[in-house]
Parts: sequence; structure tokens; C-alpha cells
Amino acid sequence: MPERKVIVEAEVGLHARPAATFVQTAAEAPVEITVARPGGEPVNAKSILSILALDVRHGEAIVIRADGDGAEQVLDRLAAIVSGP
Amino acid sequence: MERLTGAGVSPGAGYGPAYAMAGEVPEPAAGSTHGGDPVAETARAEAAADRVAAGLSALGEAVGGPARDVLAAQAMMARDPELSAEIAGLIDAGTAAERAVYEAFLRFRERCSQAGGVVADRVADLDDVRDRVIAELCGLPRPGLPEGADRPYVLVARDLAPADTATLTRDVVAAFVTEQGGPTSHTAILARAMGVPAVVACAGATAIAGGAMVLVDGTTGEVTIEPSPAEAEAALAAGTGRAAASPASAVAPGATADGHPVALLANIGGPQDLAAALEHGAEGVGLYRTEFLFLDRAEPPGEDEQVAAYRQVLTAFPGGEVVVRVLDAGADKPLAFLPAPGTEPNPALGERGVRLLRILPDVMLGQLRALARAAEGTSATVRAMAPMVASAAEADWFAANCRAAGLASGVMIEVPAAALRAAELARVVDYFSVGTNDLAQYLFAADRQVAALTGFQDPWQPALLDLVAAAAGAGVRCGVCGEAGSDPALGCVLAGLGVSSLSMAAPALPWVRAALARHTLAQCRAAADAARAESTPKAARAAALAHLPALDPPDR
Repeated sequence: MPERKVIVEAEVGLHARPAATFVQTAAEAPVEITVARPGGEPVNAKSILSILALDVRHGEAIVIRADGDGAEQVLDRLAAIVSGP
Repeated sequence: MERLTGAGVSPGAGYGPAYAMAGEVPEPAAGSTHGGDPVAETARAEAAADRVAAGLSALGEAVGGPARDVLAAQAMMARDPELSAEIAGLIDAGTAAERAVYEAFLRFRERCSQAGGVVADRVADLDDVRDRVIAELCGLPRPGLPEGADRPYVLVARDLAPADTATLTRDVVAAFVTEQGGPTSHTAILARAMGVPAVVACAGATAIAGGAMVLVDGTTGEVTIEPSPAEAEAALAAGTGRAAASPASAVAPGATADGHPVALLANIGGPQDLAAALEHGAEGVGLYRTEFLFLDRAEPPGEDEQVAAYRQVLTAFPGGEVVVRVLDAGADKPLAFLPAPGTEPNPALGERGVRLLRILPDVMLGQLRALARAAEGTSATVRAMAPMVASAAEADWFAANCRAAGLASGVMIEVPAAALRAAELARVVDYFSVGTNDLAQYLFAADRQVAALTGFQDPWQPALLDLVAAAAGAGVRCGVCGEAGSDPALGCVLAGLGVSSLSMAAPALPWVRAALARHTLAQCRAAADAARAESTPKAARAAALAHLPALDPPDR
């Protein structure tokens, strides 16, 4: 399954506006997408509550996975959001 | 008379009758079941969640500002797919929609509480969404705020959600008191933005009886129920703004503890903003955005109309400084009476600001004439200022036009080239004003409007501080008029960089005045040096704060 491993660059981590932008972008994609810490339990990338509860902080790595048509493109977009400052 | 104590998070004194926000929506009875049609029941729950989400989004769009992001995030919570799945699962098992919503939220609430830190702070947002969905399902009105109160009230609550407070104004609220919350809670942020005193983490607050007269000291955190009229009067007289608790009085000019002056000025859009500026002790105006006179008009305003508007501002600050930015238009801010700008692929980098004024000088020349006439007979120091200047040649052109009109001239420093060649520009104009928001956008090549790039807009970016230092060291008076100056710690750092004035939205002035008054120029310089020695905004702020010992926890 296509995946991207990225470091969260936003000072606030995957919270607040970066989290909202991330989830919104994921929700618009017609494929299933998950987020996990490396080796951790994946959660639904389209769920703001799951992403917030994952509590990813600045500098932490996450693995984003997607499967289906357009998975590569949406992964690129999501990786860009996460790795933006 | 009874006293409670909490944490003062927004300075000043407020006095009025208590209005207790109704508590939470009652918990739907455990074990309640629906009539046996899970599909219809699930549809009912989803429709309620959708209505709540739509309401929160619409409210966020209507109020804008920081509340918009919070409300948009809450709308996303209401529509969360994992939450919907939990609710649907509970309903399938026979649970009534109200109870299913309650239990599903509870599960996510526990996960968030366990995560602690930032996430735990969002639990109040989550609870608010839950209560709204349940209220919607039960047909209950969501507990609201009194309308048409005949005097400002003290709003007392367990905690406040952004959706409760987004539409409040200082005309209706004298102070906030909450039992929960901390210095970074929504109540605290909102109260500071509104310039209304607030005390949070105040044990026993929700026991205050509705209608009781309450005196709130947002500086000390003291809440007095039914004080004597004399005590209330004395507190109100003493406490206008945070400066009440600081060595400087509300009207003292801005200065460091050792007397180095830093003029504290207001950013305004027109005469309508003067009352707030004066109330918060502005010494003048650091940025008068004249666009507002010109927007939505088929013809530019006549000179007489402009003279009247400018004079109103100038006479409000006898002996003070008033910086008037001439029209700042561009492809993204078109005006009906200017030739339609060509379509630009990138308006932020296009023919705008002084570039446009040089092509179409008539409007600017009219403004300069009106400004010179308005200044006659007033004692304010008037400076005309040009936006988006990138070169000494542009500065020179503007300065020559100002001289011809008999005005002092200044330029905005918002293009990195202007900051880097500040010494050259300083030879032709009298004044600089650094617009930190645009300067950051051009410095980092990061569009202000792109949400994913907001990190570059952090005014603590060391590279941005480097450019401010370059402008401030060029030998002419240099102000900062971006919102950067409204952060009390950053205000001290900017003073340490050599900035001679700070201009901001008026409610932030007392904070910055108090922060400056508590530190010496040497401390401000040390903080500035420490910040510039770091490589990230976060580290820069932490390093600066180590040299600014008097800043209260809410500022940190």
C-alpha cells in the first residue's frame, strides 16, 4: 500500500490549524487514508478526533497510508501539509 | 460581601450584575432506547449533527478572526466519521439517539483527556459540540446569553466555548469569571482581544447567584460579590487597563523601566477607531489605513471630505504623532475609480502600493494636499507614508511629492530589499514603519493566505527580527506597525532592536505598555540579542523571555 513517512514540522504539532487542514484534505479524497506513528496503531485520517487524540507533536514522525485511485497524489498533498512549518 | 480568587488573565476592573450561563445540557437517561427503527434514528442523529456543524461554520464565518478556526474545527468534530460510526453502532444496538450521542462523545472525550496537554484543552470544545447536538435532538434551546440587558453584566460560567462568546462585545459584558480554564483558554484569549477584564480558574464561581453585583479585578484575580459601592467605585477608578497594576499609569507615554521612550500608537482605519485608541492610551496613530475612505466608491472622495476625516484624527492627538498611509491598492484590492488592473498571476508581487501610485499619481497627490490642509492649525506631527517601497528611487519620488505638499515623508518597510538597503532609504525619507506581516510574506516567499504556511508568519522568526534590526539601525525613526508589536514580549524585543514606536490594535496597548515599563532597555536589548541568536521562532521566544523576568505567566 502506498505510504509516506514524514516529520511533523508545525510548531503546534498535528493540532489546531495544521490538523484541520490535514483532515479536511483527507476527507475530500475518495480513498481510505490512515495515520500512525511508526509501528503504531493506524487511525482514520478523515477523523479530526482521532487525529487530535493521536497527539502528534512537533518533530515526531508519522506514517500516512492510502489505497486506491489517486492515492499517490493525496499522499503527496498530505505529506506537504505535515512537513510545512 | 464575599471574595473568591482565581487567575487574572485580562487586566482591568469590571463591575455589574452576575449572569450565570446555564449549566450543561442534562445527561440523557442511561439505557434509554428508541422505537425500533435504527435507520430512522441514525438519520435523526446525523441530521442534528449536520445542523450543529452548519451553525458553527456559519457563526465562524460571520465573526472571523481566531474564533473562525476554532469554530471550523468544532464543526469538523460534529461531522467526524469515526464519531458517526460509534453513534450508529450504539443506535443499531437499540440505544436512543440522544444517549448514543452522549456515550459516543464520552468515549472520544476519554481518549482526549488521556492524551493530556493541548488535546485535553480541546475537551471543552468537544463537550460544547456534544451539548449542542443533544440540545438539537431534544429540541432544547442551547443555553444562550441574555439579550437586551440594560447594563453590562459579569458573565459567570463553568467554562466558555468560543461559540458562546463569538458575538459578544464589551458593550454587553463588563467582565468574565469562569470556574475552569487557564491563561490560554478561549475565555482568556477572547477577553484580552475584547479588552474586557477576566478571571479564570476561580473556584466557587458557579455558585455566584444570578443578579448579584460582582466586582472583578482581572489583574489580581480577585472577585468580590456584593462589594460596598465605595469599594466598587474605587476599583473602577483605579483599574483602567492592565497599567493599573504596573508602575506606569494608563496615560503615561510608553517607555522602558529606565525611561527610554517607545511611543505606543494605534493602528486605525478611520475616525470610528479613535475612541478605542484614546481609551487604551494611544499616544498617536502609527498606521492610518486610508483605504477605508476609498473602498466601495465610484469616485474618489473629494478633498474636503478627506480633510474632515484626517483632521478628526489629527485633533485627537494634540502634540502626538500620526502616520497616514496613502492609498494602498493593487490587483487584489481593486478600486472602481482606478483603471481596471490587468489580471496578475500573483497580485502580491504585482503592480501595487507605490508602484501603482507612480503610474496613477492623481489620487495620491489629492491625498497629500488634503493631509497638508488637515494639519494646518493642529499640533500633531503628521507623516505621510508610502506602501510597498522596494528601492531608494521609489522612496525619493514619494519624498519629493511630500516635500512639495509641505509634509514629512515615511515609507513602509515590507519588502526585504528596502530593509537590506535601509541606510540608503534613510537618506531620503524621515521615517520607517515596518509592516511585519507583509515583510514576513516576502522574506520567506510564503503567501499569507496559505494556511499550511502560517509558520512563516510567526513574528518571532529570527530572520524577520534580523530585517527589523536592519531597518531600526538605519538612523531614522523606525516604528513597527504589524501585529507583531502587540505581543508584550515581542514588543520588548523590538524596543531592544532599536524600534522607536510600536503601533497595534488599541486593546493590546496596555499590555505592551506594562511589559515595557517593567524592563530596562538593557534587558530588552539582551532579549533581542538572545532571540536573534536562535534558529527557530519557538527558541527565539524562549531565549528572549529568559531576559524578561517581569512578564506574567499569561504572556508566556
